[in-house]
Amino acid sequence: MILYDYVLSPDCYKVRLLASLVGARLDLRAVDFHPGGEHRSAPFLRINPAGTIPILQDGDLLLTESAAILTYVAASHGPDWLGDDTPVMRGRVAQWLAFGHRLSASIGKARTHDMLQKPADIDACRKAGVAALRELEAALVEARLRGEAFLAGNRPTLADIACFPHAMLAPDGGISTDPYPTIRLWTRSLRALPRFIEMPGIHRLHELKPEPTGSSQ
Amino acid sequence: MTDPIRDEWYPVAMVSQLHREDRDTLLLGEAIHVTLRDGQPMVTASSRVLPSQARYGHVWTSLGAPARPLFDIPEADQPGRRLVDVGLVRVKCSPLRAVENFLDIAHFPFVHTDILGAEPHTEVGRYDVAIRDEVDEVWATKVQFYQPQAAKSAAGGITTEYMYRVPAPTVSVLYKTCPPRPDEWDVITLFVQPLTETLCEVWPWMALFDDTTSLTDLIHFQQTIFLQDRSILENQQPSLLPLDPGLEIPTRADLTSVAYRRWLKRRGYSYGAQLVAA
Repeated sequence: MILYDYVLSPDCYKVRLLASLVGARLDLRAVDFHPGGEHRSAPFLRINPAGTIPILQDGDLLLTESAAILTYVAASHGPDWLGDDTPVMRGRVAQWLAFGHRLSASIGKARTHDMLQKPADIDACRKAGVAALRELEAALVEARLRGEAFLAGNRPTLADIACFPHAMLAPDGGISTDPYPTIRLWTRSLRALPRFIEMPGIHRLHELKPEPTGSSQ
Repeated sequence: MTDPIRDEWYPVAMVSQLHREDRDTLLLGEAIHVTLRDGQPMVTASSRVLPSQARYGHVWTSLGAPARPLFDIPEADQPGRRLVDVGLVRVKCSPLRAVENFLDIAHFPFVHTDILGAEPHTEVGRYDVAIRDEVDEVWATKVQFYQPQAAKSAAGGITTEYMYRVPAPTVSVLYKTCPPRPDEWDVITLFVQPLTETLCEVWPWMALFDDTTSLTDLIHFQQTIFLQDRSILENQQPSLLPLDPGLEIPTRADLTSVAYRRWLKRRGYSYGAQLVAA
């Protein structure tokens, strides 16, 4: 599987993260998104007329939508990540995969604006980003009340992968994540998964301080 | 009368991007316009034409009357080196904080984990720091550090040797062990454009010996490193760099930073700095 990739893109990172979690091998092709703007070049537009990354190529199959790419990588290498084959879980996974686009269009755009000076209506992006984070926080609180720790049920699925990176990177675009304790707890569980990988702005969990032993006073 | 802040040269654009579009930006809080006229850079503030030159892939300008020429990086003209424009990154921090962070080695294992450093190799050994009066620059030499992946061209962990140089208040030049050419130094710079005292745009630039890595991979490697620093820079307090001791307690590993702050104070460079401890 070839992934057309940019190291700073949260949508590309989702694919790299999932591939690592399920043990799938990706052949990475670095795209000079910034400063080169290679994703808008003629050869690139022939591959993806939308001029976006990530793009996944596997034999004759070419996928250009993040949700589709995640679905394909999970279906081929880690079907557990698709969720259980029940109407509720299927529905929830599809819901959050689509919600991931809202995060890209709000938080993601605010981030490339603030960081790389890409054009955006920054106030509108931040406003939409805050609304999306509030919705995510509320959904995670409700999940906890049902006794579930993740978005689509009691184990991580594509739903979580689709929303996790933008929720972590919101401060890059001037959107604080301080008001959302449940999001923080949830991102912590995801960072604790075996074979978790990082991207700039999303750090691994450093070991907690050892429990204090003994006490002199 | 000279002005230690306005008379400096500052980077304000990447030459290659001006072929695509002009750039409207800020320098020390003043709106400027950068364009190419007959292939040469032209920078204007209101209707005033500012001194300008193209060097090291970037356009340099000054709001005042620069008394000295732009600092020299002789390696830029050495045959066989690849010159890499890494591209702008905006950071909500003092331009001086961006330079100072670049001079720090101690944060490598914690911020650039498994790339520029790794636990338990966290000790910064002794190194030499000097303000070289003859060139009026800050230099740190004989800096050694264990690195899991020092450069894109490094196959595994190596002990890397570094030299740091501050040739201008918002510029830092780093010389480091060049894995494929042990007798040469790789050159990695941070050119910082002060938009305001608490907002800057950073233009990393490199002159490397590396014939195998693709240009995009070289750019991505450096962007990864710098973007790991960005969120930390945006959260440093106080946002203005304190030039007087009192608020922050340096350790031996911070000698370069101490020299940098002393040098800034001696030059009267206070933009992005605070002079009395808060």
